Amino acid sequence: MKTFEKILLTNMERPGYTGSLSDYEGTGGYKALKTVLGNVPPNDLIEMVKKSGLRGRGGAGFPTGVKWGFIPKDHPGPRYLCCNADESEPGTFKDRQLMERDPHQILEGIAISCYAIGAQTAYIYIRGEFRLAAKILERAITEAYQAGHLGSDIYGSGITVHVYVHVGAGAYICGEETALLESLEGKRGKPRTKPPFPATHGLYQKPTVVNNVETLANVPHIVNRGADWFASIGAPPKSTGTRVFCLSGHVKRPGNYELPVNATFRDLIYELGGGMRSDKPLKAFIPGGASAPFLTPDHVDVQLDFESVALAGSMSGSGGITVMEEGTSMVWAALRLMEFFYHESCGKCTPCREGSSWIVQILQRIMNKQGRPDDLRTLTEICENIGGRTVCAFGDAEIAPVQSTLKYWRNEYEALIEEAEALKGSRKEIPVLSVAQAREVEGSLS
Amino acid sequence: MIFDKHQETVDDILSRYPVRRSAMLPLLNLAQREEGYVSQAAIREIAGILDLTPPQVFETATFYTMLNLKPIGKFHIQVCRSLMCALVGADPLIEWLRTHLGIGVGQTTDDKLFTLSAVECLGSCGTGPMMQINDDYYERLTEEKVGLIVRDLRETGDSAMKSGPFMVPERSKDVVSS
Repeated sequence: MKTFEKILLTNMERPGYTGSLSDYEGTGGYKALKTVLGNVPPNDLIEMVKKSGLRGRGGAGFPTGVKWGFIPKDHPGPRYLCCNADESEPGTFKDRQLMERDPHQILEGIAISCYAIGAQTAYIYIRGEFRLAAKILERAITEAYQAGHLGSDIYGSGITVHVYVHVGAGAYICGEETALLESLEGKRGKPRTKPPFPATHGLYQKPTVVNNVETLANVPHIVNRGADWFASIGAPPKSTGTRVFCLSGHVKRPGNYELPVNATFRDLIYELGGGMRSDKPLKAFIPGGASAPFLTPDHVDVQLDFESVALAGSMSGSGGITVMEEGTSMVWAALRLMEFFYHESCGKCTPCREGSSWIVQILQRIMNKQGRPDDLRTLTEICENIGGRTVCAFGDAEIAPVQSTLKYWRNEYEALIEEAEALKGSRKEIPVLSVAQAREVEGSLS
Repeated sequence: MIFDKHQETVDDILSRYPVRRSAMLPLLNLAQREEGYVSQAAIREIAGILDLTPPQVFETATFYTMLNLKPIGKFHIQVCRSLMCALVGADPLIEWLRTHLGIGVGQTTDDKLFTLSAVECLGSCGTGPMMQINDDYYERLTEEKVGLIVRDLRETGDSAMKSGPFMVPERSKDVVSS
């Protein structure tokens, strides 16, 4: 059995570790915050994170240090940090475990990051369904305030950091950083047009950094052990460190596994996940949450880092890997994901709002054996008219399942449409009349 | 008035933001916790607190799926129907609940005890099929387990089968952490 270096899950996997402040401090917690506050200039911290190669763990994989560096140095403030805990990408459930099992790791990361970008206030935007995680975070914040790790003049350094939990109310799109800001401002969570970017015009039009939970949780470890150490793990120079990958679907042992990003899908699915849950072989897997195009068994030896997955034609995204065994209908799988996207489209951009509904209708028709021969052409066309034509990345995400299943399993679509054609003669349908025919019928009735 | 007895909480919420409108979701969530749904009266009251018009609050509330704008049952059963849960058997579970509660998806039982919803991903894909009832998650469900949970809720108003802090796999026994 292979062993893999862990960073974020190390604490919580210790027997008896509860995630309380005393447990966290007992393992060296808040040491990094004490080290940096007032001693390390914020700019050096930003440089350190840049050097570590840490990239956003929420899906886009943007270099964290670079994002911090975009905050204008001469701005009078206030500046804000938002911790994106709106984990709602289907297939992803790592942030929930990080928050519920080791909340102080995240709070320390938030405090250090606030210091680095000069923010005095941080909001943790957590999805409304995560009531337990929100409660645990609230409790941890109270503990941290009492112990002086958060609040005004931390450790007498003159630095102030206030952290608040902001509970959402059920909207996938609020995980998009500008939609998150809109929602935090008390509006409908619709993404903003960019530019301007949040770094200059974010929350309340002030400089803002939005970072994922897992990204922030990595920060104390980088401070403690150095940028070079972090940069040596994984697939340097571009993808460094470990990631918590979420394994779901038809595997024996689903769950969260932390791996250096140079491990492969085979390591994750077969070594750690125990392989397929039944005797049926692997048919397909999604490598990075619902927004990532499907991959095939040919891709199991691909490395988990951003670049390798992109080269294979998909994306590493949020790190949610969903495994499907032989016998799963790919048309059905695409439909299920499309129904999700249709439900969650915020409605701002026409291609996404209308397109998702059309795709769902066509896929439902094909599944119900009422597909038409030109449906696949229509599907392709609709997808091409959504991708790249929306304000946020949601549009590109929602076409991924359809385009990738059409690419690898087109025969399944064709078989269903052929069946529909064969059934055509035997099916009684309500006749659709032309205007002329309808007038004729109307005339004969009067 | 709904928020009268929560004046302290309301003040605390308002103190967290430099702009009043940011208190929108926290107040809507509070109203729903208090009344079980977001009533028209609550919307008017929130508008008053935030210096907005009631339509501005209503407009925002309609965007968020967790906010119920109509009264629902005491226990809101929300079963995840997204692909990851569907792969491991969410659909039969929804069918089972429909049959045993005698209601369709989106409906409430006559005794106003249960409302059944099929919802999109709740972020618990490694432990599917799963459902959320009010604040609590219930994971790795089977028909038998769901039956016991429904019975517990009907009889005692609570169930011991709800999830605690998430940790899956429980502890990676096979993997030595460095």
